[in-house]
Amino acid sequence: MGKTLAEKIWAEHVVSATAGEPDLLYIDLHLIHEVTSPQAFDGLRLSNRKVRRPDLTIATEDHNVPTLNIDKPIADPVSKLQVDTLRKNCAEFGLRIHSLGDVDQGIVHVVGPQLGITQPGMTIVCGDSHTSTHGAFGALAFGIGTSEVEHVLATQTLPLIRPKTMAINVEGSLKAGVTSKDIILAVIAKIGTGGGQGYILEYRGSAIRALSMEARMTICNMSIEAGARAGLIAPDQTTFDYVKGKPHAPTGADWDAALAYWQSLNTDADAKFDKEVNLNADELAPFVTWGTNPGQGLPLTSAVPNPADFANAEDRGAAERALQYMDLKPGTPLKSIKVDTIFLGSCTNGRIEDLRSAASILKGKKIASSVRLLVVPGSARVRLQAESEGLDKVFLDAGGEWRSAGCSMCLGMNPDQLKPGERAASTSNRNFEGRQGKGGRTHLVSPLVAAATALKGTLASPADL
Amino acid sequence: MEKFLTHTGSGLPLRRSNVDTDQIIPAVYLKRITKSGFEDGLFAAWRNDPNFELNQPQYKQASILIAGPDFGTGSSREHAVWALQNYGFKVVLSTRFADIFRGNSQKMGLLTVILPQEEIESLWQVVEEKPDTQITVDLQSKSVSYQGKSLPFTIDDYTRWRLMEGLDDIGLTFTKIDAVAKFEEKRATFKPKTLPIR
Repeated sequence: MGKTLAEKIWAEHVVSATAGEPDLLYIDLHLIHEVTSPQAFDGLRLSNRKVRRPDLTIATEDHNVPTLNIDKPIADPVSKLQVDTLRKNCAEFGLRIHSLGDVDQGIVHVVGPQLGITQPGMTIVCGDSHTSTHGAFGALAFGIGTSEVEHVLATQTLPLIRPKTMAINVEGSLKAGVTSKDIILAVIAKIGTGGGQGYILEYRGSAIRALSMEARMTICNMSIEAGARAGLIAPDQTTFDYVKGKPHAPTGADWDAALAYWQSLNTDADAKFDKEVNLNADELAPFVTWGTNPGQGLPLTSAVPNPADFANAEDRGAAERALQYMDLKPGTPLKSIKVDTIFLGSCTNGRIEDLRSAASILKGKKIASSVRLLVVPGSARVRLQAESEGLDKVFLDAGGEWRSAGCSMCLGMNPDQLKPGERAASTSNRNFEGRQGKGGRTHLVSPLVAAATALKGTLASPADL
Repeated sequence: MEKFLTHTGSGLPLRRSNVDTDQIIPAVYLKRITKSGFEDGLFAAWRNDPNFELNQPQYKQASILIAGPDFGTGSSREHAVWALQNYGFKVVLSTRFADIFRGNSQKMGLLTVILPQEEIESLWQVVEEKPDTQITVDLQSKSVSYQGKSLPFTIDDYTRWRLMEGLDDIGLTFTKIDAVAKFEEKRATFKPKTLPIR
């Protein structure tokens, strides 16, 4: 019987396998940032250990950095200490770091692909659950905790039990105004936030093949929101074209060898997945979440659901709690919900294509007087690219704010936060209680819906303008 | 890591599903660079509600958290495990755990035990009626017992052995470090390196 793509990549990286034990897996790339690494470096020092492969490790500052006045010292002393600690650790252990102000600084999952160090067939880890993003290249990429960060720093390996595999088949073609964000929100709503637990997802089908690399990254990014540690897409010409010419892409004979290998990276026709889920792209519409977990989503044309209609007691209880937190009443049309803030950015939707698509809706228009639009590019290079295309002017002329790169309001660690009771339409990945600021309320949307919502002041798609 | 053989203590009922790690420890607490002192941030937002279980005096001694399904979803922050441990929890019982949270717990010696939802329901009722009910979670016999009742649970043998011995994964991997070096010799040359900077 054939193998799935995930099984092939796994097998290629097994350093040692013993029956009854986890496989010891080699890690090709370790991305680190300021928040989940300091305790790991402390652990190395305590045990007098070194970083085994500084040449397979790269650090950037993203979670905890300001997006304003980045040329000045970080104002929050606790944040500053954490960022300074990362800089010191990288200096002590000889690691590459892209600090605030560096042209290659940005959200770790935006930086890897743009440097070309994210390539097909690799194993990639980071102390961040959205590491699944890199799966868009046909890499096995997943988030790890700080103990595992220390393990990878010390040994460049991880002991892991191989997850099962699940195919997410998306056939058909997306209607205008429907994006990869809507695909993944629909997938999560279908299988639930625990549906992918214990699985590696593989996104397949004609609708996936038709997506750009950046749109694929949006999908793989949110695999974790369906409970799956990793999600991937088989590499194809779209992938190869994207990698080619990037700073760390192979060249010459290495490129030919790499390409030959990458072309072998797909699921065999006779391979069997442990589970399969099917979605019809033709039927998808712009999606929005109404609750406090990413599985609580519906097409924008729907109304807020009635908890009483949920068959399952857990779902009913979760919906009741969510509506209370979100201050929403059953039956309210989603399109009538007023928002205060629009956040455009994050490792989910902070890339140049995301900014272009939002700008295409906002160009020459003004946002509603009641809203604030925060645009935070995913990396310093995305910011520069956007400025070279005049996108910054589009956002500023529309009445938005144009910021420097970082995770920003996606997780509200830096000063970019919602105030208690404020409601956001956000292109990020999590609508958890208080995620974007204590007491803040989040509706997850695509960049197109974010832009249309900014103009109307209520949840809207471009078709509603 | 401390050895985990058996633990007896009282339970705290958390009748909520999808308890994500942002609820367990909000992001503002993640700016710290230590592994200790996170107990003040545990369920910080929910603790503003005086009725929240953690604020109720009858559960002050609880060391076993009895949670709804899909506990620990979301962010990979190991700080969630540290916060639970710093507060005094030794065990979490749930029907389903998020993969990364469960992995982090197993690295730190916080035992996560999967039980069927009807057993979680029974435990909730028992603990709500009689908060000082003693619950024993025994890794040797792989069972949760209380009030003369014993519930078996499953855990893979390797993880169980590691937890019972209190073994550090990194130390175990160093026993195989020659195999790592051999693997590195045959890695393809086209694989990217972060250094030198290009």
